[in-house]
Amino acid sequence: MNLQVPMDGLIEGSLVALGAAGVTLTYGTLRFGHFAHGELVSVGAYIALLVGGVVAAAMPALRVTWGGATATPALAFGLLAGALGAGALALVLDALVYRRLRERGATMTVAMASFGVSMALRALLEACFSARPRYYSEELSIAIDFGFARLAPDRLVVLVLVALVFAALGLYTTRTRMGREMRAVGENPLLAQVVGIDVARVVRATWWLGGAVAGVAGVGLGLLVQIRPSMGAALLLPMFAAAIVGGLGSLRGALWGGLLVGGGEALAVAWVGAEWRAAVSFALLVLVLIVRPYGLFGRAT
Amino acid sequence: MNLDWVGWLTYVCSFGVLVLVQAVACLGLNLQWGQTGLFNVGVAGIVAIGAYASAIATAVAQVGAVGLGLPVPVGCLFAMGIAGAASALIGVLTLRLRADYLAITTFGVAVVVDLVARNATTLTGGPLGMSAIARPFASLAVPLLGHALITLAWVAVVVLLVYLGLERLVGSPWGRVLRALREDERAAAALGKSPTRYRLQAFALGGALMGLAGALEAHTLGFIAPENFTAAFTFQIWAMLIIGGAGNNRGALLGSLLVVSLWSVTGLLAGSVLPPDLQARGAALRLVAIGVLLALAILLRPRGLLGEQVAVSRHLDEADS
Repeated sequence: MNLQVPMDGLIEGSLVALGAAGVTLTYGTLRFGHFAHGELVSVGAYIALLVGGVVAAAMPALRVTWGGATATPALAFGLLAGALGAGALALVLDALVYRRLRERGATMTVAMASFGVSMALRALLEACFSARPRYYSEELSIAIDFGFARLAPDRLVVLVLVALVFAALGLYTTRTRMGREMRAVGENPLLAQVVGIDVARVVRATWWLGGAVAGVAGVGLGLLVQIRPSMGAALLLPMFAAAIVGGLGSLRGALWGGLLVGGGEALAVAWVGAEWRAAVSFALLVLVLIVRPYGLFGRAT
Repeated sequence: MNLDWVGWLTYVCSFGVLVLVQAVACLGLNLQWGQTGLFNVGVAGIVAIGAYASAIATAVAQVGAVGLGLPVPVGCLFAMGIAGAASALIGVLTLRLRADYLAITTFGVAVVVDLVARNATTLTGGPLGMSAIARPFASLAVPLLGHALITLAWVAVVVLLVYLGLERLVGSPWGRVLRALREDERAAAALGKSPTRYRLQAFALGGALMGLAGALEAHTLGFIAPENFTAAFTFQIWAMLIIGGAGNNRGALLGSLLVVSLWSVTGLLAGSVLPPDLQARGAALRLVAIGVLLALAILLRPRGLLGEQVAVSRHLDEADS
């Protein structure tokens, strides 16, 4: 049995899910659609490119690869830096722009400002790195035939990475104090404040976490496709669609939503043609808005 | 010397046309956001629908391309109808839901319109776009400057009509309901005004104006391509409205003038100062500049240069005195 299309969908979808997890975290706590989330993805990818490159140059021993993958231990340092950097950027953006607008109480103005931030960040990336695509490695990750599907080792690396991050996210939001406080603030910020939760701290933690997860998604995307200033912007609609399909605010929803979008895209590529891939997210989004606007795992409000 | 002067005046005319065309889209956005508080992130998509609709409607059918061969004014009305209907459809889908859903859906529409423009080649010409689009008065035997002046004149008349019509609408009871809904939905609903219905009307009408802007762009440039309608375009229209003053039609016009001026001046500067290999980066930096300007405007002067005029009642002053 040939499982190429489902496997492709699973891998693409896992990255969409990772991005959607960040979108859903910010939305769950702050109640606004963050249009610059895609740029956090791109920034994470570029930071990893720079740091990974520096580490590889400084310590040639870290340039080894295993099993035909192009991902090196040096890139793992890049991944760490990318996640930290994207998380830090999210915090800075909140402190500089979003928090001030939020205090004025205009939710849609925050969303509008995030659209401006997205444009400025993307243009800044292009000004710094030019629009030319970059790669973590010049070598090719040769696909291995598993019988049911042909998969490049890099894709398996990404799949494992996403699974680990999601497991960690799930544990963090359900088992730690901060994770529970995040969900409490999302449910009812006023009540959360009354019971003594430091809402400002929770908001910072949410931005940081959402940004860091976006950074990881950026490295994954850079490993699978290519690194370009517009890479995150291209992921924005799939991420939003996945978050809404799954139900805004639900981490489990982001995972299933992402896999659904990825699966749909893989089918579209196989049946209709790769150029129509981006329409899949939109079609799913519209379908959910008609049938079940609160998403698969969301609750009607 | 004389020749230089003519060239400069022609440039000013085409600059004016650019300002006026984008002003129409900005006026449409003002109706949606400024008056009604509806967040549309897909302005470029709706404008593109209008541009392609009118270009296709006025084109002469030939092998490998679709065309209806209609006159330009009919094409413009057709563009308004299609863009308005598309906006109404988006509204029907999302206006009963959370405000963010509208924003995200309009973003998706822009992505899909871009996709169709690039890939439905028989209809849209694909990535290369459509050229030789009908331009009114193009057959008149006048020099280049004459054509530039005529184009500026007819576009100015269209913009004036749109502006006067909008001013009337905004001052009418209908316009008051929109602002009432924006400020306090529950209070307005308690007075028997259906929030969804009024918002839908404002969104569709704003979308129709964006469609008109697209049609004007097609018929003044004579050429359209997917590259004209990217997210950067949406961003520019938003910057115009926020900087000029959301909720004020004159603010929308002023914002168009300022942003297009800034765009042209920085473009000329970048073109003359930067070496060719850095031009693309310079263009990117222009977007950063407008983005920073926009963020500053939102933070420091949220009402824009010309804020919304508070119009509670024309008779309030008399009652006070």
